[in-house]
Amino acid sequence: MTLSGALEIASCTDPGMVRAHNEDSIASDGEKGLVVLADGMGGYNAGEVASGMATTVIITELQQLLEKRTPYETDASSGQLIAHRLLHEQIAKANTSIYQAAQSQPQYAGMGTTLVVALFYDNKMTVAHIGDSRLYRMRGDELKQITKDHSLLQEQIDSGVITPQQAKQSQNKNLVTRALGIDPVVEPEIHDHETQPGDIYLLCSDGLCDMVGDEDIGLALQTLSSNLKLCAQHLVQTANDNGGRDNISVILVRVLREFPAPRSMMGKMMSWFR
Amino acid sequence: MAKLILSMDGLVLKEINLTKERTTIGRKPHNDIQIDNLAVSGEHAVIVTILQDSFLEDLGSTNGTVVNGQSIKKHFLQNNDIIELGKYKLKYLNETPVGVAKAADFEKTMVLRPGATKPAAAPASAASAPAAPAAAAAQAPASAKPFGDTVAGQGPATTMPPASAKPASAPQKSAALQLLSGANAGKELDLTKPLTTLGKPGVQVAVITRRPQGFFITHVEGASFPVVNGKPLDAQAHALNDHDVIELAGVKMEFFLKA
Repeated sequence: MTLSGALEIASCTDPGMVRAHNEDSIASDGEKGLVVLADGMGGYNAGEVASGMATTVIITELQQLLEKRTPYETDASSGQLIAHRLLHEQIAKANTSIYQAAQSQPQYAGMGTTLVVALFYDNKMTVAHIGDSRLYRMRGDELKQITKDHSLLQEQIDSGVITPQQAKQSQNKNLVTRALGIDPVVEPEIHDHETQPGDIYLLCSDGLCDMVGDEDIGLALQTLSSNLKLCAQHLVQTANDNGGRDNISVILVRVLREFPAPRSMMGKMMSWFR
Repeated sequence: MAKLILSMDGLVLKEINLTKERTTIGRKPHNDIQIDNLAVSGEHAVIVTILQDSFLEDLGSTNGTVVNGQSIKKHFLQNNDIIELGKYKLKYLNETPVGVAKAADFEKTMVLRPGATKPAAAPASAASAPAAPAAAAAQAPASAKPFGDTVAGQGPATTMPPASAKPASAPQKSAALQLLSGANAGKELDLTKPLTTLGKPGVQVAVITRRPQGFFITHVEGASFPVVNGKPLDAQAHALNDHDVIELAGVKMEFFLKA
């Protein structure tokens, strides 16, 4: 199955103004409707090793699997959507690879990475995430954060310890409660969302949302939507103009047209009788 | 680490480091910070410290707790806050590390594992990861390299003008455009937003970005590119100078800085 012509994808990644190297990693495949962003952590070069492993494992494995599997169908044995099952399995695989490398090689000890993956199919998208890399949706003139961070701050907001306004002043911004490669098993958060033509999806590392307010992100997505590449570069540039304290990565996905699943007449008949 | 400085009438009495998760303040001797004064309740207030953040909570004291002149029940403490208890003052200090390198280390993302013994112990262990020697930074391991053509990763974006390391607080001039031709000739357009688009969607659009370094014009869409002072632009952003003349979608306009 191919989504050729349904999505427009642009991206930009930058080390920022302070860090010597870029520990973020991004990958995308428009034909398969797949975008992946990871923000690595760990001393030495380990952060970029972890994020690179995560994006590489997930994109290459899913590219192959999506040749044969249809994400919108239901898995007979588990009752899960194939999309969920594939994401679960490949995230687990990436987790194991990073975890084992971290265990076996001392220079990689303690490395890990955040992750946000979106898989587009059948007029919807399945989003899986771990940590504080985010996915936003711009629909009409409304910017909405779709993912909820796995971070200490988000937990404090949820439990009412602090308000979202106070969170901006917090000095505990950099603590994630879930990451890929830290423990032998990790549970990704996976949700489905309907998509509409005209939607723009933004995947970003915390280097963007810590430096650029939602208002400015929304303004950029609205004003520069006709030139997605420029829009991605503008977002990175704004984060750098504001200090660029962390690596900044941005992937933009615009839905150009509807992309319903190519169900056969036979399949439709079958679904009636089910 | 955050700390409190206890003083009365400008005289410093004590310095208290906020190492505990709960630091109690009151008149009775079992409090962590005991203030033996009748204006202070037996159990007056408590400061809850979660890693780098501290929260002050009044414990239903008779005379209340005041922060920066305002009576509070619960307050998220910020650097230099003044807590008043009767005649006594407690100044809260929680400075962010100074210096670029230090700040960078400080802000590195770390994992807070649910299995850790105490929240307060987590950052210390995570921070003990080996520091990156600068020389090694140049060579990225093979596994981190972009994979085939599916990886959209790029180096530092080269199409942008070099960004200044200065924060956005640098003095910012205001600017405007005056239309020189067309139906609205003579009209002025203030460039107050970070982004201002010009032209006709679907035909030709350019954007003027307001940045700490000044104003820049960039082509957004359309077959023809904007012309500045008689020279057509390329895809790169172009820095605008006072009295530059821009031609876009058949309309001439002058860019000028405002005092």
